[in-house]
Amino acid sequence: MKQDNAPGAAAPAIAIDQVRFAYRRGGPDVIAIDGFRLEAGERVFLKGASGSGKSTLLALIAGILTPREGSVSVLGKPMSSMPSAKRDAHRAARMGVIFQMFNLLPYMPAGDNVLLPCRFSSERRKAAGDAPKEARRLLERLQLDPETYWNAKPTELSVGQQQRVAAARALIGRPGLVLADEPTSALDADVRDAFLSLLLEECEASGAALLFVSHDGALASRFDRAVDLSSINAAAKTGEAA
Amino acid sequence: MTRFPILALALRSIANRRATAILTVLTVAITMTLFLGVEKVRHGARASFENTITGTDLIVGARSSPVNLLLYSIFHIGDATNNITWETYEAVAGAPNVAWTVPISLGDSHAGYRVVGTDNRFFEHYRHGDRRNLAFTEGGALGDLFDTVLGAAVARDLGYELGEEIIVAHGTGRVSFVEHDNNPFEIVGILAPTGTPVDRSVFVSLEAIEAIHLEGPTGAGTNLSATELRQMDLQPDQITAFLVGLTSPTAALRLQRQVNTYPEEALQGIIPGVALAQLWQVVGAAERTLAAVAAFVVLTGLICILTAILTSLNERRREMAILRALGARPHHIFALLVSEAALLAFFGAVLGTALTYGALLAGAPILEQRFGIFLIGMTPGLYDLALIGAVTLAAAVLGLFPAWRAFRNSLADGMTIRV
Repeated sequence: MKQDNAPGAAAPAIAIDQVRFAYRRGGPDVIAIDGFRLEAGERVFLKGASGSGKSTLLALIAGILTPREGSVSVLGKPMSSMPSAKRDAHRAARMGVIFQMFNLLPYMPAGDNVLLPCRFSSERRKAAGDAPKEARRLLERLQLDPETYWNAKPTELSVGQQQRVAAARALIGRPGLVLADEPTSALDADVRDAFLSLLLEECEASGAALLFVSHDGALASRFDRAVDLSSINAAAKTGEAA
Repeated sequence: MTRFPILALALRSIANRRATAILTVLTVAITMTLFLGVEKVRHGARASFENTITGTDLIVGARSSPVNLLLYSIFHIGDATNNITWETYEAVAGAPNVAWTVPISLGDSHAGYRVVGTDNRFFEHYRHGDRRNLAFTEGGALGDLFDTVLGAAVARDLGYELGEEIIVAHGTGRVSFVEHDNNPFEIVGILAPTGTPVDRSVFVSLEAIEAIHLEGPTGAGTNLSATELRQMDLQPDQITAFLVGLTSPTAALRLQRQVNTYPEEALQGIIPGVALAQLWQVVGAAERTLAAVAAFVVLTGLICILTAILTSLNERRREMAILRALGARPHHIFALLVSEAALLAFFGAVLGTALTYGALLAGAPILEQRFGIFLIGMTPGLYDLALIGAVTLAAAVLGLFPAWRAFRNSLADGMTIRV
């Protein structure tokens, strides 16, 4: 374990430096970001229209994709230079991900869905302590009564409830970074606001940094900081990015 | 990184797509039942065939070929090339180490069923299967000159009962123009089914065969009365073949050599087990074809699994992306799909095996009664376990294909959920 790049202070949640990424060798760059930082515990709104490369950027940060050039560090680990097994392990141990919708495995009840990250990572399981108890606590905090919803099938839940289960899953085991890809775009306005409040509260409570990607600029005011993806991604400016 | 319980995940994933899974498992189960059923009946038929005649050490007849002698003397297929004389029969019967002999005289028939001229030693010494004796379901052995004993199939197919009279025809065709109708035979016994040609035979005494041919071999029988005939010496001059039992089976080879080199007459002796195995080489081709067909049916069942998984793959890309985001490695995705294929095949194979043995247990008495096929290995054994293992393994191998597709998809999709 070497974390000597951040003596004293916690390493930044995300540090992107001179990153270039294209899906095909020799193809057009989809991502060209010279620098982007997300400090530990910081909650940042990243505004991006669809097609601005935001999903690609999230996959680069999560370590599912690797950049053609440049480096991506997450919570002090150089994702872009680690082998894929280490990247997957790091993601399982230290990151939570929330998608736009259909976040849950359809064949598992809500409670088991929340526990899933602990099954992929012993580090995550240890961090969660008594994992089932922690999962119940998180569900309760996200206003889903565990007695009622623990055994609920994903198909029995409303979209808003599904998103809250997904948030609990992202937050279990106190990850250092939560990546949220348009998690509110499938929700009604009041449900959206309630969900966002809960997510922000819980990230703050667990000390997780949050990178919240959305096209809906109206939400930006609720975050520590807002960044427009098109202003940092040189590749998106051409308007041709996939 | 913990070892992820992929199997548990695969089980739940299968349970989630219950309808498809049940259909797939049923398909595999039915193909497995077919395969195992064919295997069981095949082995049963083979064992029944190879045990058509047991306990007899030597069959002696006129010189032709071993399979030919076996065919006409035991299976009643084709005709003898030649007869052998009574003197020769007595000479061999008197040889050292000979415990018993049973003479057989063929050439007549009743309604297409062969008439076997012999004596009561046949019922005593003819054994089949695991050295089972012949048994009478009704009546008993031959007594009077014109008594007859019927095989099980003859009595069943022609609806005969004890005490009825039947007429024997000359020659072996179903339709005969020469019937020995002056000398009807009375049915005194009916044999239990054996699954051997005995079932399709009509047994009469050697003396009766001699009596109905007194007026020449193709006559319509004799006009002498039964009482007159009973007082005559009806010892036959010649017979078709005879069965030999020895005091010690090791003497068989020596006696066989003596028979084959008998100077007075062109004879040959065959050891039944050896000749039966030779004959099976010929008729066994059909059996092997059947097994091959059954194996292909199992393959079809496995391909059904492949189809079911491949079809579901596109709708499951989202699921794969979620698993990846949660920290699943591409090889987890790979293992998940291989496990699903293997699990479906495993359940199908186990169900199919259970169905087969259930059906066998229910059907064995009927097979035994109606066809005289005695099934062996009525309890599941190592073979069945190995088969279940093989089917599961084969499905896992086939599962590599959808697994590879999903693996590639999950690398290409990243965290983007493509619907």
